[in-house]
Amino acid sequence: MTERVVELPEPGLRSEPMLINIGPQHPATHGVLRLLCELDGETVLKVTPDIGFLHTAFEKLGEYRTWNQIVPLTDRMDYLAPLMYNCVYVMAVEKLMGLEVTERCKVVRVLLMEMDRIFSHLLWLGTTAIDVGAFTPFLYAFQERERIYQLHEAYTGARITTSATRIGGMMADFPEGWTDSLRNFVETFPKTLDEIESLLTTNGIHLGRTLDIGVISGEDALNHGFTGPNLRASGVDYDIRKDNPYYDYETYDFDVPIGENGDCYDRYLVRMEEMRQSLRILEQALERLPDGPINVSDPRVSLPSKTDCMNDMESMIHHFKLITEGIRVPAGDCYFAVEGSKGELGMYVVSDGGEKPVRWRIRPPSFVNLSVIAKLAEGHLVSDLIMINASLDIVLGEIDR
Amino acid sequence: MDENGSAFDAVERGPEGSQRPTGAPRSGNGDPAASHPSVTALRARFGATVLHHEVQAGDQHVVFVDAASNRAVLEWLKDDPEHRYDLLVDVTAVDYGGGSPIQIVYQLWSVGHKRALRVKCELPLDGLSIDSVVPLWKTADWLEREVFDLFGVDFRDHPDLRRILMPQNYAEGHPLRKDFPLRGRFSRAEQTRRALSQDYHDDYTPEALEVGGAPGLEPPEPTGSIDGPEEAP
Repeated sequence: MTERVVELPEPGLRSEPMLINIGPQHPATHGVLRLLCELDGETVLKVTPDIGFLHTAFEKLGEYRTWNQIVPLTDRMDYLAPLMYNCVYVMAVEKLMGLEVTERCKVVRVLLMEMDRIFSHLLWLGTTAIDVGAFTPFLYAFQERERIYQLHEAYTGARITTSATRIGGMMADFPEGWTDSLRNFVETFPKTLDEIESLLTTNGIHLGRTLDIGVISGEDALNHGFTGPNLRASGVDYDIRKDNPYYDYETYDFDVPIGENGDCYDRYLVRMEEMRQSLRILEQALERLPDGPINVSDPRVSLPSKTDCMNDMESMIHHFKLITEGIRVPAGDCYFAVEGSKGELGMYVVSDGGEKPVRWRIRPPSFVNLSVIAKLAEGHLVSDLIMINASLDIVLGEIDR
Repeated sequence: MDENGSAFDAVERGPEGSQRPTGAPRSGNGDPAASHPSVTALRARFGATVLHHEVQAGDQHVVFVDAASNRAVLEWLKDDPEHRYDLLVDVTAVDYGGGSPIQIVYQLWSVGHKRALRVKCELPLDGLSIDSVVPLWKTADWLEREVFDLFGVDFRDHPDLRRILMPQNYAEGHPLRKDFPLRGRFSRAEQTRRALSQDYHDDYTPEALEVGGAPGLEPPEPTGSIDGPEEAP
């Protein structure tokens, strides 16, 4: 075989950095995100994320609404795990009021939050697989997501904008047969998960795109505020369900997967394992779901029964006041965080004793996670930038709020 | 548009809050005698810098510190091995309205000790400036930018203090302040006019424009060749 010699033209060709925009309208940014990239050839020199395209001023709007009217605002932030946001908001307000919800309500909320963790991770899984060129896992994941959509719809009447919680309980109890549908999902979902995993976990293309890409050490991850699966992939064992448990999470038997290398592949592995652990929690919660009332009977938050309203004046007035004025929350502030699907999801509510909050603040996990992308992507190729962005699992509705 | 306009302006301003908050309450609603190891240590270490301690929502400890020494206090909380609040969970601000000071709120969590602490600093409305904590936690970068954007608090020594959620050329002020009307300060007509006259240059930082060589700017001087830095002839 003769050696081929390619003559390179213009050995003195000048190079200069190039500026390109990825987004705001681009499928690989997973939302309305603009990444302003400074490139040297195909190497990323600098990434400047530009956010705010979906800014809706939810926090400002909340200051003009009564406490219960804020619930619909919460699910519009993270439409990939809406029930989780519904739950954490009312949990923060209940904590500030010193209100203890019923045992059934606790288990119901655990069920909904773990279901939505799977719901959110599945979207991440499908879209990430597409970003590395695998189309089949996307279809499998969305088929399973559709089943959770239907569970949402059967319970709340809406597929995304669930608004299912109320301060002191839920908007309603589960409809008949709902837990059977959920149990059916819990039993059959692992099979699909195995199939997806067999397509990706040892797939050479997937490994090549994710191994040693976007590495961050545990110490750096903590300093940059990573939480959730992103932090645990870097080897830091911090899961709010274990470290600062709420709703009896300490009594559920589940493991927290921890990664080692903090690269895209470990973030993938951690999320895959988290789905399996969520299934374990769901199984146990379905097992222990107690009977009893779902809403507290506390006159500060719960309406009197319709019969009472029709029969005595005091109940009528009570009903009228709660509806027209809204509930009152004692003065003070409260920060309450749960282990969200994307990281530490906190709500900070400040009250001056009135019917409306003085301040309502979301501690946004995706916002903080996205801020690290500039550090992660530096020196990688543009295609790796897409993978890093996908592996962070962001949702722009919550970043922009 | 001036602030004391006609009745039409009230429509433009939109609904305002029914309650007029008069300032931050000065007492917790939890057990006042409860103690927190970090607060006790802070008092011993910093003395009068620690202004006030209260317990909120049953078991959440809040400590008010002098705004002038926020970084010293937070640095000690982060680095002292007995406390080690290595995760800065959140930085935000609260405006109680009525001319009362704006509170800067730091939520801290110690992964090792599994302990939380909330540190607050109060800034008067005519002196909205505080030391940035980006040198301590990189998390604070975007979180402080957000507080700057929405409350107008200046963070000294912040590496990149720009608006983050609102457009860079947003001229109506800082939306989360209580004196900011829900629909903005400008009339709808003015808002539309501004939206239509936007210039794409506003979406780029000056450094980025230099790299990109936007029209109207001289193209950048080549910095080297593919064979490495150019040697002087």
